[in-house]
Order: sequence, then C-alpha cells, then structure tokens
Amino acid sequence: MKILALVHTDNGALPKAALETVATAANLGGTLTVGVMGAQAGTAVQAVAGCGATKFLVVEDPAVAQPRYATDAAAATALIQASGAELVLAPNSSRFARALPGAAHRVAAQVDTHVVAVTAEGGNVKAQRWFYRQRILATFSRTARPWLLLVDSGINAPWQGPSAQIHVEPVAVAFPAETQRTTVTGIQAPAADAQTIRPEAAILFVAGAGWTKKQKDGQYHIGEAGALIQGFLSKAKASLGSSKSLVDLKSEGQETLSFMSHMNQVGQTGSTPRHPKGLSTCCHGEEPHAVGWRFINERRAINLDGNCGWAQGKADVVYVADAFDVMTQVNALLE
Amino acid sequence: MSGLQIVVCGSLVPDPLQTLEPVTTPQGPGLKNETMLPSVLDPWSAHALFEAANLAKQVAGSKVWLVSLGPKAKLQQLMMTVAQKVPFELVAIDGSASGFTDAHGVSAVLADAIAALPGLDKSRLLVFGGCASASRDASVTMQGVCERLGIADLFAGVDEIKIQPDGSFRVLERIEGGRYLVSTCAGAPAVLAWATGNLPEPPNNPQVGMANMRGVMPALQKAKPAAVGVGGIVYEKVEIPPQKRATRIVKDVPASEIAKELVAWLKA
Repeated sequence: MKILALVHTDNGALPKAALETVATAANLGGTLTVGVMGAQAGTAVQAVAGCGATKFLVVEDPAVAQPRYATDAAAATALIQASGAELVLAPNSSRFARALPGAAHRVAAQVDTHVVAVTAEGGNVKAQRWFYRQRILATFSRTARPWLLLVDSGINAPWQGPSAQIHVEPVAVAFPAETQRTTVTGIQAPAADAQTIRPEAAILFVAGAGWTKKQKDGQYHIGEAGALIQGFLSKAKASLGSSKSLVDLKSEGQETLSFMSHMNQVGQTGSTPRHPKGLSTCCHGEEPHAVGWRFINERRAINLDGNCGWAQGKADVVYVADAFDVMTQVNALLE
Repeated sequence: MSGLQIVVCGSLVPDPLQTLEPVTTPQGPGLKNETMLPSVLDPWSAHALFEAANLAKQVAGSKVWLVSLGPKAKLQQLMMTVAQKVPFELVAIDGSASGFTDAHGVSAVLADAIAALPGLDKSRLLVFGGCASASRDASVTMQGVCERLGIADLFAGVDEIKIQPDGSFRVLERIEGGRYLVSTCAGAPAVLAWATGNLPEPPNNPQVGMANMRGVMPALQKAKPAAVGVGGIVYEKVEIPPQKRATRIVKDVPASEIAKELVAWLKA
C-alpha cells in the first residue's frame, strides 16, 4: 500500500502535529512518501529523513508560504497525485482542516477528519473518530481510494530521529491569479502575558458561570474572580477553558470576565482540548464535564453542589467548597 | 454593490442535552428513538445564520436563504422556533440529518440546491455554514459545496467578516493557540464556515416569524427527497465508551486543606 504523510511547515519547520503524522504513517507499514508544503519545505523535510520514506516531495512556492484555501488545496492536490498514494495521512491542523477536504474532492478521494486512531492490518485500513461531539465513538473503513485521514494532534508520539541531507523532489504546481484572491495579512493574537489558550499546557482550568453570580455575601465579585483566575493561569501556566454560559454573557452585553471569549469555550460549540489534567470551577453543566473534558486525563472539580450530576462520574475528585476561597489559597501556595 | 446573496447551509441536530444511544438500522448506524429526539438548529449553523442576517442588514439589497437538509417533519418543527429569529427564505431538502451520513453525499445535495436557486448570481454569492456540525463534526461539507460550486475561496472557523465599500472583505479565522488568521479577500463568491461569531442569539420576533412562515410551509411542501446515506463508509463498531469514573467527594474540609491537595496534585 502506498502511503503519503502529507504535512505543512509552520515558521519554516515541521510542527509537532506534522511529526506525529509522519510517525503514525511510518508505523502503518507500506511504502511511505513524505510530502511537505509551505515555506522552507525543502529544508524542513530533512527533520524526518530517517522515517523510512522512499520519497520526499515538496511544494515551497511562495504562494504556499501563507495558509490560504485555494493555494493550499492546489498544492495538496499536486502532492497527492505525485505520490500516487492510496492512503494519505495528514495532521488535523487548522490549515489542513480548511484545505484538504477540498483537495480530496479534486482527486476524487474520500476524506475523514478528527481521526483518533488508524490501523492497517493486511492492507485493511480502519480508522476511529468521534461523532455527536465526542459522545459516540465509531470504528470504520472505506473501500474507495485514495482515502485521506486527518489525524488529531496529541494522540500519537511525534517522529524522533536525526536530521539528514536527503534527495528532495520539488513538485510543480500552477497557482493562477484566481487562487490568490485572498491575502493573509497577519495573525491576531493576545499579548504574550494575556494569552489564555495554551494547547501544550499541563492543565486546563475551566471556569463556569458561577464566577459571575452573586456570592455568599449577596454581592457580585467579578473583578476578584478575574484576578483569581488570571493569577492561577499565570502561576500554573494553565490553559483557560470556559463553559458556554459564561462566554455567552459577553455577547449578551452582561458584565463578565474581560479576558474570556468564545475562543475559550469548551464543549458543544467549543473546543475539546487535550491536556493531562483539568480543574473545573463553578461549572454546573454537561458541556465542560462530558464533552469538553473528553480528552482530559485527570479531572477534578470545585463545586458547591456535591450532588452535581455532571461532575459526579465525570470527575475523579469533586471538592465541595467555595471556589473563591480555594483558589485564593491555591494561588498563595503557588507563589 | 447591489446586495449580497447569502446562502446558509444548516440543519438540525439532537438537542445537546439529550442522551444519545447508538443503534443499528438497515441504513447503517443511527440513534435510538432518533425521530422522537428534540432537535435544534445545529449550533454553528445557527451562528452562521445570525451572522448572515446581520450582514444582510448592513449591505442594502441583500437576501438570506437557509438551505436545510433534514426529515421534512422535523424541519417543520424546527422552523417554528428558527423562523422567529431572523428573516430568511427556506430551501428544504427532505432527507436524513444523521451524523453518520457521508459528508460527500450531503455536500453534493446542498451544492445542487444552491446552484438551482432562482436568480443566483455568483458574483454576489456568499455561502455560509457551520465550521462543523454537532452531529458529524467532520468539517468537510462546506469544502465539498465550495468545490462543487466552483468557488475559489473558503474560510473556516470564521468569527468575523467585515465588508469593505469596494466589495472586498476582511475575515478572522480561528487557528491554533487562541489566535486569529487575518485575511482579506477580493470579494464574492466565497464560502465561510463559521465558528461562533460574535453575535448573541436574536430574541424571538413574531413579525419576522410570520413573514418567514409564509415561505416556510410552501418550501416544506415542495422539499425534494434526497437519498443521502452512509455512502462509502463501512461502520464496524459504533459505541459509547464507558466513561463513568469513581468520583471521590471531598466535603466539610477547610479551603486551605483542599488547596494543599490541589497544589500537590498539580505539581505531581
């Protein structure tokens, strides 16, 4: 079976998700080709020189230096066709999630995304992914080829090995003017000290709407809540997640935590991040506990309601306590 | 600009608070009591619809369609609430809204329905949809629609679009690490797969509802059947993995002790 590990560069190098994809593809057996697109692809591909691939294909035209649907789909199409692969593995990055389903259409391939496991025994390829937002897990296959699988990051170990000089084959791609109607003008990111979403963090801190409710003295303490949460994020280098109800307050014009946005939301219409540990506070809903926490290994919750049906059975430990009191003490201990 | 033609692709999904149990049906995997489960408009599609209506208000002469593939009877129920939110013209397609259907087939059906819209002018066309569905969660359908309609530009995980006077627009797309990719596009046509956007859910407006419903019932009556199914997917196993944890409840313990335990756990 011909397999293509299709990856892209990020700042001129192969990101962790790309290395994970290469390792996953290499473990499947078969004849492996590595295809890299993006700025400095020819240099970056040397990082996986020892992965066992028989061919290394690159597209590093300036047109693919920026992530853009039309040019990315064209480059991916060319790489898939040049490889002749029956099975294509790629990282489920934002760049490829945008472009590869389009490329699949162009090469008459089938495509599946958010793949969490892939096996190939005797040429029989099976994949696993979640349906209904991490509620139902399915194992499935397809007979049609080519088959593109976009694999979620954080599941497989990244490829590790020494870099080496290898023979790289550039793949020519035409990028007509109509593929460049879009121009990437930049990246909008919070200041480094205001960044609350940290995919590589060891812990996810989930804040629920309880932080913005009246507290035991009958008053709102939103400013104090914000200081406590930000203090913890800073000291523990944690990533911040939120329940939907909390981020919705902002769009409804209510006073809430200023640093919180829909980007922080975990669960139904939010993300389902992967972190080793998770601490939920003031949450009383299904989303943070059942959906948003699907890929959190160790889970603890601080909750005033010990009988909260969503925390029970979902968290390893539920502390029945006031999150304001506990987090004040936690922050002091983390000083 | 003579106004935008904004077509929103969106269908129904089970209410997120419902317990879902997979079952095997002759058509492939399905959900237990699927026809009885309360439904909502798919959350990301709903955001796309609200953003479409907001954009249509800003650009004079614009119109919004909602192209929806789902069981006709359930679409009718759904419209009782959705139609009260924002003005749109419904294009209903009668078929399965199951998360186990193949996105490739779904995108073909949607693209055909859009291409058949009377008076469609691609130079004014923006196709909106959710960046994924709460059922299939594949992020594949909108790209399929884009390719089938021959549109060159697609944006995914969109939270904002700003139209410029010359018809070009600026888009914010979510990327890794809580950041936005900022792009400008020369103008329509384009496909935008929305994340949550920035708008709250509009309140129910009975006047909007009455205006919409005048078109909804005829649209439902003439909904064409679409044979969407699992396509080329061979499902081997569909299950809810056990996730019950033995939760330890800690109560009547001072905050200081809890904090010590938490910090020890954090540092372990």
